[in-house]
Amino acid sequence: MPRVNEICRYIRSKNAGPFWITVDLFFKDRSSFDLYARSEALSAGRLAGIFGVPEDSVKWFAVPDLNVVKFSYPRTAPQGGMIERDMHGGQQFARLLEIVA
Amino acid sequence: MTRLTNTVNVIVPVGALGTGVRASNLEEGLALGADAIACDAGSTDSGPAYLATAQSKYSRDAVKADLRLLMLAQAKARIPLLIGSCGTSGADAALDWTRDIAIEIAREEGLSPRIALLYSEQRPADMAAAAAAGAITPLAPMTTVDPAMFAACDHIVALMGPEPYVAAIEAGADIVLGGRTTDTAVLAAIPLMKGADVGSAWHAAKIAECGGLCTRNPREGGVLIRIGTEAFEIEPLDAANVCDPYSASSHMLYENSDPFHLVEPGGILDVTEARYRAVDDRVVQVRGSRFDPRPYTMKLEGAAGGPFQTIMLVGIQDPKVLGEIDRFLAQMQEMMTARIYAVLGKAIGDFNISLRAYGWNAVSGTTVAPPATPPREVGLLFVATARTQDLATLIAKTCNPLFFHMPLDREMELPSYGFPFSPAEIGRGRVFEFKLNHVIRVDDPMALVRTVMIESAEFADAQG
Repeated sequence: MPRVNEICRYIRSKNAGPFWITVDLFFKDRSSFDLYARSEALSAGRLAGIFGVPEDSVKWFAVPDLNVVKFSYPRTAPQGGMIERDMHGGQQFARLLEIVA
Repeated sequence: MTRLTNTVNVIVPVGALGTGVRASNLEEGLALGADAIACDAGSTDSGPAYLATAQSKYSRDAVKADLRLLMLAQAKARIPLLIGSCGTSGADAALDWTRDIAIEIAREEGLSPRIALLYSEQRPADMAAAAAAGAITPLAPMTTVDPAMFAACDHIVALMGPEPYVAAIEAGADIVLGGRTTDTAVLAAIPLMKGADVGSAWHAAKIAECGGLCTRNPREGGVLIRIGTEAFEIEPLDAANVCDPYSASSHMLYENSDPFHLVEPGGILDVTEARYRAVDDRVVQVRGSRFDPRPYTMKLEGAAGGPFQTIMLVGIQDPKVLGEIDRFLAQMQEMMTARIYAVLGKAIGDFNISLRAYGWNAVSGTTVAPPATPPREVGLLFVATARTQDLATLIAKTCNPLFFHMPLDREMELPSYGFPFSPAEIGRGRVFEFKLNHVIRVDDPMALVRTVMIESAEFADAQG
């Protein structure tokens, strides 16, 4: 099975306000989207585990028109606090690259 | 495809005032027939410090350069200029900072616009009272409303909708400088005022909120939005740039936790049924956008200064240390904590020492799975947090010998890691924190907004 960075042409993460991070996975094409978008490896439960948040806090969306899977999860600490490692959430996508879809 | 007619057209020259308006963009937009110029000047995205201090993220000179171009275009075309979330946070002091720049430009250029100022900063006591009356509710992931949380904020702003902008323009303003406003409301205001399709106005505003970010070449300037009676169009201002259905629709994903719905003060934009089509090779037409009215709410943002931090940085190249970096970091954390208590005692109170190895796991903060190994060099950042700057610096100075010389094993010769600066410790100021993620219900969109009109004759006073 391929890894996420092989079936997506672009993956990004960013704050969606100070309390959430949102991640967009742009699949390479429709067939990759159809094959892997709903795979267990990219399910809300699995993603919640990767980012250490409760499963029911994850918002998960398929956007077929764009061949995109989008999900959002609450930050464990609001943006900019005492131990901030990624002020804009822009590097959080990297944890997903090696997932086998 | 048939182009829309009888549209209300808004130039969105840039995603944020101060990032570089292009004069050529404004000329192109005016030539296309614009009814207004609108953009945003703020966001929470840059972090809590800007709201907690009411300081602008962008430099005064950069904001002034952009505002000068916009004010000259406004005066030339005699169309409204609307700017939301002035001074990054949209706090009252940040709006006043922007007002003073506008007055300075008006004097220098011999302009005499009527300027409306929309203030939306809120007093903590008023918000605590509203919370006690049940008018304030938390947004996920927050779950509580404690009236005390408002007093803990240095600044609180309520995000305005389009109504105060419309009222200011109807009252005769040429330029509206707004406090904190939703990114979309400032762009949607004139189309809504002129009776354009409501869903299209909000949706166009969302797509254009970051200027050219919805185009193929986001660095090539802003866009023109044309809102009709049942659809809207987006066109790049630069003739060489392209907006296509993909670039436009994918912007709905950007910094938005839900790709189909956007909550605004008076309702919810729903783009589930929206369809994006290319008009030609550079213009996109969108129909099917809906706006579902809801009871009026304004989002509240609040931030405050917290404890203080002092930092140190070393570079490490020693392969023995890097070969066992996790053991090294755990040992350093333990020895530093022990040293603090040995030297400073329990009187030090609450403090935090955070060691972050750049090149290893500083950004993720998670354990690195084998067989990964560190690169040739690692930058190790030390962050001490304490309730005063002096205490944070005291902690850093107490930890300095360990940070500089701690060997991997006790019997080794003393190493010296690579400090880049002297003095080694840098007091970097306060930690700033966002405190609120709430909405307040209001009966009237103007209830929490104070509008001040200034005429050119008053400029001398206003600047005082």
